Formats: sequence, structure tokens, C-alpha cells
Amino acid sequence: MTKARLMQGNEACAEGAIAAGVRFFAGYPITPSTEIAEAMAKLLPQHGGKFVQMEDEIASMGAILGAAMAGDKVMDATSGPGFSLKQELIGYAACAEIPCVLVDVQRVGPSTGQPTAPSQGDVMQVRWGTHGDHPMISLCPWSVRETFDLTVQAVNYAERFRTPVILLMDEMVGHLRERVELPEKVEVYPRRSPKKSRAEGYQPFEPDEDLVPNVANFGEGYHIHVTGLIHDDTGFPVGSPTVTEKAIKRLHEKIDRVAEEIIHTESYFMEDAEYAVVAFGGTARTAYESVKNMREQGMKVGLVRLITIWPFADKIIEELAGKVKGILVAELNYGQVVHEVRRAAKGQCPVLLCGKYNMKSFEPVEIEAEIEKMISDVEGGRA
Amino acid sequence: MAELERSYEKYFRQNRLPHLWCPGCGNGIVMKAIVQAIEKKGLTQDNTVIVSGIGCSSRASGYMDFDTIHTAHGRAIPFATGIKLARPELNVVVITGDGDCTAIGGNHFIHGCRRNVDLTVVLFNNNIYGMTGGQASPMTPMGGKATTAPYGSVDRTFDACALAEAAGATYVARSTAFHVQHLTDMIAKGFDNKGFSFIEAMVQCPTAFGRRNKFKSPAEMLKWMRDHSVMKAAWDKLEDVKKGEAIGQGKFPIGLLYESSGSELDYDAAYDQVIERAGGAGK
Ligand SMILES: Cc1ncc(C[n+]2csc(CCOP(=O)(O)OP(=O)(O)O)c2C)c(N)n1
Ligand code: SF4
Repeated sequence: MTKARLMQGNEACAEGAIAAGVRFFAGYPITPSTEIAEAMAKLLPQHGGKFVQMEDEIASMGAILGAAMAGDKVMDATSGPGFSLKQELIGYAACAEIPCVLVDVQRVGPSTGQPTAPSQGDVMQVRWGTHGDHPMISLCPWSVRETFDLTVQAVNYAERFRTPVILLMDEMVGHLRERVELPEKVEVYPRRSPKKSRAEGYQPFEPDEDLVPNVANFGEGYHIHVTGLIHDDTGFPVGSPTVTEKAIKRLHEKIDRVAEEIIHTESYFMEDAEYAVVAFGGTARTAYESVKNMREQGMKVGLVRLITIWPFADKIIEELAGKVKGILVAELNYGQVVHEVRRAAKGQCPVLLCGKYNMKSFEPVEIEAEIEKMISDVEGGRA
Repeated sequence: MAELERSYEKYFRQNRLPHLWCPGCGNGIVMKAIVQAIEKKGLTQDNTVIVSGIGCSSRASGYMDFDTIHTAHGRAIPFATGIKLARPELNVVVITGDGDCTAIGGNHFIHGCRRNVDLTVVLFNNNIYGMTGGQASPMTPMGGKATTAPYGSVDRTFDACALAEAAGATYVARSTAFHVQHLTDMIAKGFDNKGFSFIEAMVQCPTAFGRRNKFKSPAEMLKWMRDHSVMKAAWDKLEDVKKGEAIGQGKFPIGLLYESSGSELDYDAAYDQVIERAGGAGK
């Protein structure tokens, strides 16, 4: 462990990226993510890496994808309006299987919204923002230390699955200052490399056993072709229904088949809970307080915190819904994750929304009041 | 002798040919000029990366036997910037169309020039959107016909070379598909420049531009290039009044239009100093 330091979530994200081996960052400033770019501008040259401030979000996304293909581990950070601009190239990264990490420190939207205010309104944009079909991995930290850890994990997932990974943050955690000790060393997933030579018939997009291809980096003599068009194992576009179906299916399956391994959640006070709150990110911190307070008053409530947002924790929620009498989803938006929880709960218990979208984060009492309302509605047969 | 003349063939992916361009299209001429310039400068297939945007011309990356990346429409320069900064030892060549470079990618183009990253950008200027079937581009001449300008384009035209120079490119040249040797030389010299090099290559698009703009054949379009281009040295000798008249007749200068004194550091060299100052050298 390093010496304890007082650090902001955004700074911890930059530290995590460096620890995970990120050596290239291209960005465009936007509140409340800017401190990540600022920290990277400072840290990267100290580690022999490069930071470049591009002309806009599209350019920064393009630059990190180029650098990733040239062999660097890469990251970029933004907030809602910038995230929207990056969507085309996030899809490119998914299709061309380019490892990259993108941080979205959410703010209130739509449009320029409320730049400095906390929100959790990009959950669906993260999942469905690009055109076409591809899976998405997205992780959501609730503390400064966890921001460090999940950034490392995001980089590792990106490299392991050759896919874009979104670190979904919110202003509450991004700007939160906590005392943290960071590990001296973290486990890093190395860049995948070709198992065959060109003479042995290497094909850049031929999937390995785990359905992920071992794409060569530029400059290693393989003369590969990379494109955002649907392509076969050779990397060249093919306009055939069979190849298209196979390509899209593989993109999904390479993530689907490891979903259980990469879906992380945490439970608090759930052993004998009759009611559960589901929450993520900064809101989960408040929900934790609410649940703790109510436990002290003898009420059987617990918290399930989503750490992996995508792929969604379907099985965990289904099991949960079979055990409790009601689920309250607390999120700082007009209702997004609540739809996923309802879908996964399969009607086994009522799933209610505790939403907020007035620039303020939740107070514990607000969530407590909604839990109480849920309990009385369920017990009174009204929910 | 025949083999010698076709030495450039090794730079192409034979299994990807024949290409999909229309008969008479000028894109192949520029693609060949690029590989000949690569050969001339002793650059290799292993140390060169070809980056293209989206459009007919940008398809060239698929035919060229290097590490190649066909990016998104307009985004070739940002991708190339990332590649070059991550691996400065690579020679990075960008292939872009007039729409790709000056419309959707216009901002990236300006900032690529400003940043002076060591890239060689070859703009295939066919004055039209070829791939999508002949819509107007920012480089369609005023009055020129396009599917989206059926009565003649009212938009004013970009001079991409003047734009590149003003934005900070350290090497700017123009040539045409008619002047193959000259074009090759212009690209080769671009490789010599350590910084952002921009070469505008005029190409004929008989299908989407020529047909609609009263050019009877690809050959006629090449002749038009021959008759309207003026070598830079001759152009410089023209008095201002004569220059104005020439421009009025659709004439344009070709050759090395601008080269910086060479005192400016390219982005990479400048960044090395940043790494030095930050104490990260050798890491
Ligand atoms: C974001 C986006 N917008 C539009 C298109 C459609 N599109 C493909 S190529 C092209 C224009 C091509 O023109 P140019 O860049 O001049 O290249 P050319 O085909 O003439 O060589 C357009 C508009 C696209 N692929 N992506
Ligand atoms: S449309 Fe024009 S630019 Fe495209 S291939 Fe045909 S001739 Fe060439």
C-alpha cells in the first residue's frame, strides 16, 4: 500500500489508469470529468506516456482508437454531451474490436443540461447509444478507492475482451474526496498477441477459444486491415448475410459467455431482508445510510448494489425478487435501471422507482420515506 | 525490364484486386503514386501504416499491403494522430476524400495542421461525393452540378491547400492524376518533411462528377487538369491581375505551395521535451 492520501474520485480514476498500464489519453474538457484529463496530463509524461487535448470529443475518441491499434493501452473521459458525440466511434471500437476505456462522469441532461449537477441519466445511453447491435461492459464505482479499482478492471476487461468498456461515474463520486491507500501493484491483463505467424496462416480476426481475436498491433509486420465494416476473420469486409450474422453473434457471445464472471454486485443487510433497495454509484452510498438507519429501527430492509451495470445482473435480481416482498430502485434520473430490474424480477414482487432529477443528490431520509411508502403499499395490498 | 517497371505490385494485396472503382476513375493513379513515393523513400511495408476515412478514395487502404485502417467518415486524421503519437517510429499516411477531409472532417483537418503531427495526408480531390452518388462537396466548383445541387452549386469552394497552410501545415503541395511523376514527387517530398504534410491530388471521377458536368470521358477530365494547372514557378511569375484572370478561367497552381523553414518541432519531438521535463524519459 502507498501512503494514505486525500484524493478525489476523478483523480483516483487517473491513478487507476496509470496503474493498469494506460499510456495514452486523448480528451476534451467537460465538467464534471475534467479533473481526469488534468490528472492524466500530469501523470502520463511522468510515466513515458502521452496526453493530447484534441479539438473535440470525436477526435479524442479517434485518437485513442488509433493509439490502441498501435499497441498502447488507452483511455478517454467525458460527460453526457461528449459521450453522445463519441457514440459512432464507440461502435467502431466494438465492431473493430479495439480495446479502450471511456469514462462518463454523468451530469444532468438532456443536452447541455445542468453541467455541474449530479445525475445518473446516461445508463441507457451507455447501453444503447450507438447504432446497431453490440454488447457493452460498464462498471460503476461508489467510492474513491473503488474508482481506482474499477478503472484497473475496466482496462483489464477492455484488453481481455477487445472491446470498449465504459466506466460509468457520477458527479458525487467524481468530486468526492476520501482518504485512500492505493496498492503498490495491481494485476494487469497484457495486450493479446498473435499465436501464429503470418506464414502459419495468422488471421487477425480469427477468434481464440474464448471467442476473442488476437489482433496484431500496427508495426509488427502482420499487415492487417482494420475496418468498421462487418468483416470476416481476415479483417476484410464481406457483404454476406452468413458472415454478418456470425460476426454480430460472436461480438455478443464473447461477452455473454463470461457474463456471470464479470457481473459484480454487493449486498448489505440482506440475510433476512423482506424489502430491498437496488442502487448504484453515488446513490448507493445514500441508500446504504437509509437502509442502515432503518435497520437500527428494526426494519428488515437491505441493499443490493450494482457494480457492473452492463451486462445487467439479471440472475441476481431474479433471485432477489423471489426472496423479498418488494424492491425499490433508487436512481438519480426519471427512471432507467428500474425498467431493467422490473424485467429481471419477472413479476415476482413489486418493483418501484425512487427517482430524483432536480440537480440534488438524495438525502437518506428521502429514500427512507420511499422505502416506508413501499412497505405500507405492499402490506396494504396497494402495490 | 517489365518486372522492374511493375516493382510496385508487391505493395498491393493481390487477393483484394481487381479494385471496385469505376472504369476511368483516377483513384488508382494516386494510390499507385503513394506506393511509388513510399518505395522511392525506402519506407517499408512493415513500418508504414495507411489510414483512410470513408469514401471511394478511402477504399484504397484495403488494397494496400501494409498495416491499414479504414476508419469512420471524416475521422482518419484523429486516428492517425493516435497511431503516430503512440508509435513515432511508424510512417503514417492518411488517405482522404474532399468531403471526408473538408466537410465532416474539416475541424480535424485544421487541427491536424495546427498540431503539426508528423503525418502525410493525401487528399483525393474529385470535387464531389463519389461513394454516395454525386452530392456536392465543399470542393465542388461554384456552379458545378451535383445531385444535391441540380441547378449548380451556390456554395463557395474551399481551397484546401490555402486552408492547410493557414492552419499550420508545414508542407503543402498540389498535383493531379495527369501529372503522375510530379504527383509522386510531391508525395515523396511530403515524406521528407518531419511534420504535417498535405498533398492535394486532383482526380477524375467520371461517374459522379464528370457525367454531370459535361466531361465526355475520363481522358477529357485528365486533359482538363493538364490545361488548367500551372506550375508553381510559372504561377509565381504572373502579375496579380493575370493571376486573377487565370483563377477566373479555372486555373490553379500545382507544385510545392508552401514549406516551413524547418525550424518548427513536430508534435512528437515537442512532446519528447514534455516527457523530459516531467521526468518520464526512458520509462
Ligand atoms: C457519419 C457519416 N455520414 C455520412 C456517411 C455517408 N458517406 C459515405 S462516403 C461519403 C462522402 C464521400 O465523399 P468524399 O469524401 O469526397 O470521397 P469520395 O467518395 O468522393 O472519394 C458520405 C457522405 C457516412 N459513412 N458516415
Ligand atoms: S464514383 Fe467516382 S470516385 Fe467513386 S469509384 Fe466511381 S469514378 Fe471513382
